Order: sequence, then structure tokens, then C-alpha cells
Amino acid sequence: MPIEIPKDKWPGSVRKVTVGATAAEGGTRAKTVTVGGQTTMPYLQYEALTPNTPVVAIEIKSRKPEDWSPLLVETWGDAMSDPAQWAKKAEEAGADLIVLALTLEDSADDAVNAVKSVLSATGLPLIVWGPGQAEKDNDLLVPVAEATKGEKIMLGICEDKNYRTIVATAMANGHLVQARTPMDVNLAKQLNILITDMGLPADRIVMDPTTGALGYGIEYGYSVMERLRLAALQGDAMTQLPMMVTPGFEAWKAKESKVGEGVPEAWGDWAARGIHWETLTAVALVESGADLIVLRHPESVKRVKEAIAELMVTA
Amino acid sequence: MALSGIQIYKLLPHTNCKECGFPTCLAFAMKLAAKQVELSACPYVSEESKKQLAESAAPPVRLISLKANGTEVKAGNEVVMFRHEKTFYNKPGLFVRVKASDADISRKVAEADAYTVNYVGMDFTIDGFAVEADGDASTSSAQSLGAAVKTVRSISKRPLILIGDPATLPAGLEACSGEAPMIYAADNSNWEAMAELAAKYKAALVVKGESLEELAELTQKIQAKGVEDMVLDLGGKNMGEWLSRSTQVRRLALKANFRALGYPVIAFPGNVGDPARESVYAAQAIAKYAGFVVLDTFAPELAYALLVLRENIYTDPQKPIQVLPGIYEINNPTADSPALVTTNFSITYFSVANEVEGSGQPAWLIVTDAEGMSVLTAWAAGKFDAERIAKAVKEFDLASKISKKRIVLPGHVAVLSGELEEELPDWEIRVGPREAVDLPAFMKQAL
Ligand code: B12
Ligand code: SF4
Repeated sequence: MPIEIPKDKWPGSVRKVTVGATAAEGGTRAKTVTVGGQTTMPYLQYEALTPNTPVVAIEIKSRKPEDWSPLLVETWGDAMSDPAQWAKKAEEAGADLIVLALTLEDSADDAVNAVKSVLSATGLPLIVWGPGQAEKDNDLLVPVAEATKGEKIMLGICEDKNYRTIVATAMANGHLVQARTPMDVNLAKQLNILITDMGLPADRIVMDPTTGALGYGIEYGYSVMERLRLAALQGDAMTQLPMMVTPGFEAWKAKESKVGEGVPEAWGDWAARGIHWETLTAVALVESGADLIVLRHPESVKRVKEAIAELMVTA
Repeated sequence: MALSGIQIYKLLPHTNCKECGFPTCLAFAMKLAAKQVELSACPYVSEESKKQLAESAAPPVRLISLKANGTEVKAGNEVVMFRHEKTFYNKPGLFVRVKASDADISRKVAEADAYTVNYVGMDFTIDGFAVEADGDASTSSAQSLGAAVKTVRSISKRPLILIGDPATLPAGLEACSGEAPMIYAADNSNWEAMAELAAKYKAALVVKGESLEELAELTQKIQAKGVEDMVLDLGGKNMGEWLSRSTQVRRLALKANFRALGYPVIAFPGNVGDPARESVYAAQAIAKYAGFVVLDTFAPELAYALLVLRENIYTDPQKPIQVLPGIYEINNPTADSPALVTTNFSITYFSVANEVEGSGQPAWLIVTDAEGMSVLTAWAAGKFDAERIAKAVKEFDLASKISKKRIVLPGHVAVLSGELEEELPDWEIRVGPREAVDLPAFMKQAL
């Protein structure tokens, strides 16, 4: 019995965005990463091929974090006190990009030094996050952007309260931005409009629609991503950007991953649970359209990359 | 897919005889489309039309229900591709597979059967067991399936999926006769015998094929034998292929009303043979349209993660999971115990309640009606403000329960304390820590 498979024909597509620049392109990266370009809902290869493989970044910090789960501290060990070493280990663990998160304790010099040491330790493209307080973000990200002109770093995290300075410095120094909004299609569009209105080309923006961890609101992020991708395919220009999510950050904040003692017995083995929590959060978001996934644990990186590779296989 | 009034009209006699109580056949058709009348009100509908109308009223994905001893698992009846379009209804049943020849079967079943985990006030368990007749189709393995089912039945009351072939399955089916189990699987080589078994034992039947065409042909042939309750095994060599097939099946059912594939789908993540990848396959199956998921690995931490994922994906997007507003007593509070204020979003309530309960310290928890939103979301949306908190304190008559008029606010909404002092002039307003984990220490030191 011949079956006519219903295929969606979409007028729109997702933009391609490239992070990092090689020597030939004015940077120092050994390779660049390109995401986006889809013309279908995630991985429906029978409808149209997925042009760029979604990628995984590993999050490291400029200083050893005090509040990370002991499971992560055990895994990364001494490398956590040295961002260059940490970045190298992250590259070995399979990262396609590095996220370097700066902290409130960093001075502008500390921040620039940390970024430079990471750039020389690995050839991977880089994403740099400010500490998340508008003023401090500006104090650190501007000098970092200037000191790395032309590297096509992604600067973040741009939110409605802090985007202006970050976008201005990204424009001036040839970088990209990560645009985050709280799980809302219209807010995502609006921030993209504000950013492009300042003059940053849309192919230098990756949107971050925010996610919650498994058990802590993942369903909102999951559905907002599906809705954003549907809007993009329907032709809404200000949603046609690749999406990035931070399941590592969210999942390792959850009690399930963070804490080993004093939890219900039914939660099972702590180490295995931590990995499941991060991996399953990430895999669900991969299914809903994530192009760039930021993780923390090497084992989750392995599992999520394997899943993506399997989803990319074409018959 | 339901027919429109015009489509229904085409199937009516077009005589406008008015016996149905409506002036025209068209008027009657419109009422039918709106489900306001019964088709039986028209005495003249042809048998052929009746059949077509009944088919169009059937759900696009058939509802399959497995039953045993008062327990039930349902799959199917889904109406959308994406949860935000409405909601997903029937959570995929999570089954654990055991092999008949496994000497450890009792322990494995007992462990999985006893498993229960609480997530925001709901108790989750696995749904059932798949028992597989391993080995060849010889008499000994046929008997061992029967024996294995008896063993499982002596431990668990949950619904069963029996895996075997026409030779091995009868013994298993006899051992659980009177239930509504599912049998696996009919394929090109054995479908007639499998259909007979399904009919005889009133079992749902999994149909297996390497292409959708093959599957559709099989389901039609089997349906012609009188078996209606079918479930599809889509095969697939990797996650990508499985996702494509599962999406195609759901789309064909919903968008093309394609009956031959209008059945729930079963996934076997364990077939991948590696527990790490099994967990990932299972996650995809839960998110992307499986009706039944059969695991080979039972581990509490994995079961918990998958059960939570399933709950999250199947939560109605229109209604966040919430608890009833009111005053909750934790660890038998007395008049001297502190009163803490929070919102009625389940995740928020339980993260606070669990911390306080775990610390052993008594407290009153004032759960305000914030329309099921978290502290900051509700605050940003204007659903958790001084007015609402004051209203809750008065409405629930907190003053009658405690000796000291004092309430503690979540640290994230410290900004509300000024306004709240105006709303509740004779109350002391304290600001607690931002995160619930820090509450026990705060309560010990500061209250
Ligand atoms: C999921 C989510 C949503 C979901 C809603 C989920 C729900 N049912 O509440 C959706 C997508 C619908 C949503 C919508 C909005 N959201 Co929202 N959302 C979030 C998100 C991602 C997680 C919130 C969450 O569930 N947290 C988990 C719960 C358990 O946390 P909690 O309730 O705060 O409880 C903790 C503590 O407060 C403490 N606690 C709780 N009670 C008590 C009591 C006491 C006494 C103490 C001491 C402690 C304590 O314990 C808990 C655990 O530590 C946050 C960002 C983030 N990652 O935090 C944004 C966030 C809360 N949202 C935000 C906003 C702005 C909105 C919108 C207004 C956006 C918009 N314009 O549409 C809307 C408003 C909704 C509306 N108009 O209907 C902002 C709020 C900004 C601010 N500071 O004001 C946030 C912080 C995102 C951001 N960074 O901008 N959101
Ligand atoms: S009873 Fe039947 S035939 Fe007569 S008007 Fe009603 S629908 Fe038409």
C-alpha cells in the first residue's frame, strides 16, 4: 500500500550563524562552528536535511566555583582553578565550543587574562558570559571584547536590562551576542528587534529562550522553543535565529543533581542521577530545536553528542 | 478527524422528511457535526453512511487500554503534534522487560513493582512488565513463559506485555487469562496466528514492520480478522529514523485521518543494548509520541528521571501543576511556630515544604493563590503582591493560629515588605532567604 507521507512546506528558514574566526578570517581559532539553517522542525530528515549539526559547549569558569555540585568538582578536579587547563580538558571531553563564565570577583584585567589564556589553550570558538549583573557585565565584557577583536566570540548574556553596551561592543569588535529572554515568544522577538535595531546583523545573534531543568519547568522552555521554531519556519524574521540553551546550568542547580545526602531513597544513585538529570534535560531540548547546548559534565556531553549524531543520520 | 456539517450532509438521504425533528437534512447534519444530536434520530441513514460516520467519530489515534486486576494503562487518543497546541493526554506507559529464563526474575520484578517516587506531591510508579519468552519456540520455552507469567503475577498486579511467538504465547496468555494484556508481535510471517491469539484472549496486538507501508498493510489485514486493538512497533535503526517514523505516523493519523496507522506506538529503548543510550532513547520516545515504552534497565534514578520527564511533557500547558491555596501545617506547628508565605505553584510549594519538613522544624505555610505561578513569575505578573498576601493572611485567619503576628516572605520578593507593612499594619514582616535550601538555617537562627 503506497502511503503519501504528509510533508510540511515551510516558507521560512533559520539563519546560519558562525561562531569563532580562523586566522584566515581575522581570528586565531583552529575551527569555527556554524549552527542554524534548518528548513524543517528538528531532525525531520525526510522532509529536508538538517544542514548543520547542533553543537555542545562546555561551561567553565574564570575561578573555581564554590557552589557547584561535588560531582562536578570531583570530575574536573584541579583544572577548575585554572581556566586554561579546564578549557583543555573540556576540549578533550568533546566540547565543540567553550563557554567561559566570568565572576563578580574578576577585575577587568582578570577577565581579559582569563579569556586570553583560554584562547591560547584551545582552538575552539569561545562564548564569554558576564557575571550576570548589568553593571559588572559591562565592566568586564567591554574590555574582553576589545582585547579579542575579530575572534567572533559570542558575548552574553544579553537580557533586556543589559543588552545595549554588550551589543555595542560586539558590533565594534566583530563579535556575536547571546540574547536571552524568559520563556516567552514575544519577548524573544522583541529583544531580537531591539538588538538588530542597534545595527548588529541578525546573523550575529543566537537566541536563548531560557530553560528550566527537568522537573523544574522544562516544559515551558520546551514548548517555547517549539513555538519559536514554528514561527521561524512560518516566516517570522525575528524568530529565525538559532537557539541555545543552558541545561547544564539549570540541571546542576536542581537538588537531584546537586545533593547526595538526605534525599529520598527512590531517587537512586546520586552520580548516575546527576548525569541523567543533565542529559535528559538536554535531550528533550535537542528534540525541541536547540542548536547549541551548554553542558557541564563530560559524560552528559558524550551522551548528548551521540544522540545528536544519531538524529543527524540520514537514511 | 471529525467530519464537517457539509461532509455529513453528503451522507444523509437528502429528502428533508423532517422526522429527525429538523426542517432539513442539512440542519440535522449541522447539529450532528456539533455533536448536539444522535445519528439514530434519522431513521433513513444507509448502513454504509452509518459506518463512515462512526469511523469519522473515532479518535484519530485509537485508545488502547491494558488491564489487569484493577490496574490500567492507556495510550492513544492524542489530538495534537505539539503540546502547546492543546495538550498530550495519555502518558506513555513505562514497562520493564524481564526474560522468562532469567533466574533472577522474582527479585527484578519485586524491585521494580515496589518502586514509588514522589514528585511535587504525586506518587509515580512504573506501569507494568513485559515478559519475554526467550530461547526457541520449543515446548520448554513455551512452558517457561507460562511459569514466568505466574511468577510475575504472584508479585505484581500491573498490566503485562507478553513477548513471544504463536507457539510460546498461549501458555503465557493462559497464565493471565481474563486480563487485557498485550502480545508482541505480529509481522509478515505470523500475523494470522497472532491475530487469532489476540482475538481469542482479547489481547492488544503489537504489529511490527520495517516500513510504514508494510505496517499499514498488516494492520488492515489484521483488522479484517476482527482485531481492533493494535499498537505499532516502528523499528528504526537509530534515533533519527525512529523520530521520523513516529512523526510520520502521528501526522498521518491526525492530518490525513489515515486509519491504517491510527494506533499508539511502542518503543523498546533497551534494544540499543547500552543503559546510557537506553535512557536517551527513552527520553526521545516520551517526548515524541510513544504510547508504551519498554525498558530493559530498571534503576531508581533512571525511573525517577523518566517519570518526571513524562509528567512534564504531559502537563496541560493551560494549567500549571498547582496546590490548593490555604494554610499548610508542617511538622505539627504550635502557636509559637513561624508562618512562612509562598505561592501555590506545585514546584514552589514542594521545594519549600520539603526543606522545612526535612529539617524537622515546625512551621505554618501560607500558600497564596498566585494562579499556579512561581514566586518571581507571579510577582512579575502581578499575582503575588502585598494585597494578595494580606488577603490570604486574613482569609485563612492566620491570626487565630499563632501567638506572634509575624510572617516571613521569600527573599526574592523582599521589595514587597514595605507595602505589606501598610496592608497588615499590626504584623511584623520578615524577609527570609532567597532559596528554600537556606530556610532551615534561617529558621533556627533568626526566628
Ligand atoms: C518557568 C518560568 C516561567 C513560566 C511560569 C512557570 C510558573 N508556573 O510559574 C512562564 C513561561 C509561564 C513564565 C512567564 C513569565 N515570566 Co517567568 N520564569 C520562569 C523561570 C524560568 C523559572 C521559575 C521557576 O519555576 N522557578 C522555580 C521555583 C521553585 O522557584 P520559586 O518559586 O522562586 O521558589 C524558590 C524560592 O523563591 C524559594 N521560596 C519560595 N517560597 C518561599 C517562601 C519563603 C518564606 C522563603 C524564605 C523562600 C521561598 O524557594 C524556592 C526554591 O529555592 C524564571 C527564571 C529562573 N530560571 O528562575 C523566570 C522568571 C521568574 N520569569 C520572569 C518573567 C518576567 C516572566 C513574565 C512576566 C514574562 C512575560 N512578560 O511574559 C511572565 C509572567 C507570567 C504571566 N504574565 O502570565 C522573570 C522575573 C523577573 C523579575 N525578577 O521580576 C524571571 C526571573 C526570568 C528573568 N530572569 O527575567 N515564567
Ligand atoms: S430524518 Fe433523516 S432524511 Fe429526514 S430530514 Fe432528518 S436527516 Fe433528512
